[in-house]
Amino acid sequence: MKKKVCGNPRIWKDPPGAAMYCPGCQHPVIHRIISDVLEDMGIDGKAICVLGVGCHAFVQVSWDLDILSCAHGRALDSGTAVKRLNPDAIVFTVQGDGDCIGIGAGAFIGAMTRGEKITTIMYNNTNYGTTGGQLAPTTLIGQKTTTTPNGRDAAMEGYPVHTAELAATFRGTVYSARGSLHNAANYQRTKKYVKTAFQKQIDGVGFSFVEVLSACPPNWHLSPTECLKRIEEEIIAEFPLGEFKKDDGTGI
Amino acid sequence: MTKRMFIQGNEAVGWGALYGGCDAFFGYPITPQNEVTQWFAREFPKRGKVFLQSQSEVGSINMLFGGAAAGFRVMTSTSSPGWGLMQETISHCVAAEVPCVIVLVQRGGPGSGSIRHAQMDYITATRGGGPGGYKNIVLAPASAQEIHNLIQLGFHLADKYRNPTVILTDGILGQVSESVDVQTIDFGPLKQKDWALRGRENQKDGKSRIINSAVGILPLPPYPDYISWLRHIEEKFQEMENAELRYEMYEAEDAELILVAYGYTARVSKEAVNMCRAEGLKVGLIRPITLWPFPYDIIKEKACQGCKFLVIEDSLGLMIQDVRISVEGRTDVHLIGILDRHIPTDGGMIMPVRVIEEIKRLL
Repeated sequence: MKKKVCGNPRIWKDPPGAAMYCPGCQHPVIHRIISDVLEDMGIDGKAICVLGVGCHAFVQVSWDLDILSCAHGRALDSGTAVKRLNPDAIVFTVQGDGDCIGIGAGAFIGAMTRGEKITTIMYNNTNYGTTGGQLAPTTLIGQKTTTTPNGRDAAMEGYPVHTAELAATFRGTVYSARGSLHNAANYQRTKKYVKTAFQKQIDGVGFSFVEVLSACPPNWHLSPTECLKRIEEEIIAEFPLGEFKKDDGTGI
Repeated sequence: MTKRMFIQGNEAVGWGALYGGCDAFFGYPITPQNEVTQWFAREFPKRGKVFLQSQSEVGSINMLFGGAAAGFRVMTSTSSPGWGLMQETISHCVAAEVPCVIVLVQRGGPGSGSIRHAQMDYITATRGGGPGGYKNIVLAPASAQEIHNLIQLGFHLADKYRNPTVILTDGILGQVSESVDVQTIDFGPLKQKDWALRGRENQKDGKSRIINSAVGILPLPPYPDYISWLRHIEEKFQEMENAELRYEMYEAEDAELILVAYGYTARVSKEAVNMCRAEGLKVGLIRPITLWPFPYDIIKEKACQGCKFLVIEDSLGLMIQDVRISVEGRTDVHLIGILDRHIPTDGGMIMPVRVIEEIKRLL
């Protein structure tokens, strides 16, 4: 029996959508992880991907999957209906931090409240990449963005939202984790988180969530290598990595 | 099989949807349409269909977006403030060509207005209140029976054109109880939804599908660019406008004064016409059943024959704008509106006696 040891994931169209992204952006790396996990688990044929609005959504040009691209922030509402009407489908949302916990906070909390059997992968690059690097719910205190030119001030703009920790507080959430891609070990760990999240959906126990820290070199005004250093030294201090909840859906 | 039932207009929504093949209802409570949401909560799950109360009206309409994209017949119901919240995604439904049915049981506005009946959402229903200038077929029933029938037609037209359909009722029609013949109506065959999302392995051709509402950003086949896609939806709007116009003419043949009304005020107006005809007054009624497309040509034709017009609508004057467009300045267009209710409160109605007074003044 032949076993694939290298090459592109089978759901990557040619040319891969990585071409859409800025040099050093890690969004395509997360796309790659999701692609590999869907292939490894043999669920890409029955997957329906529901997208938000933001850089993450450019993945629709590169994935050979059934894809629904929604209004900004509403992917989890639309995904809810897709899953309720197609219980056998694997329904997952791909969302940025602004899409998921900014404009989409109501949909996110609604889906977790109801324990929708959906998986959400949230790409956290601490700013609004698509529109030119504005303040996001996840922007760090002191971080300069185009709408916080003097750096985020908690007294003015509030505090960064810890989405993975928040998700873990909902009884309807059965899995919540935060991963990073700044080195090979964390790449593998993040892939494991994504796989666990999909497994929870297959088990039908509740909502599963993975937040992934993602570099944004043009808007951070750093080189790709400096971005990785920033993630390791600054961002993880605010957004610690790991699994925040892993249960069997009994609400414990 | 036909069953005769004595039911509220709001319940007729549910029976019409059930007999019309609706798969799922997503909704959020708001007065005066709560009986609709409660009907689905009670009747749908026990029939193996999906009912879900969303966290907001924004949630409901986006659930329609998802359910419709997956190829199911889905609907929601709301009233005026909730309708306002849904506008964004109705526009996305049009852009992404996902068919769904939205029932709007109008109440008083603007803002939270009143919780009682009115007809104050005509403009946002017929012009599209969301971004981008789009068109939805708007069906305006005037009885519980017609609510039941037009819900079914609404699903058929939504699927036929891959576009949302709006059923515009009001608090009076929602609350009134009448005898209704409940049955499935056959509107003819429709194409298979081979565009719907089911997961690649469940598609007959084994190929993946994409549905998005940003065709100008990421074009989808068969439209190579924004302009070719705009041309496509414009042609579709034209086709709807040409093929789906519906209206009722009542005693209009020899009329010197024509009333124009929809919904509950059309019932009131018909009564006024009957009473005036008994006195020998030459009065008729044009009742648009589709508010978009609107019967411009038929009203224009009557204006050219020298008819005067009196619009009866429970608002400060919204549909009257379409009647004025129709007559092109040839004749006078008068209004009996919300300030002419028999009791000047949020519970008062426009009654036939007030309409008759105005008819006699104008003739």
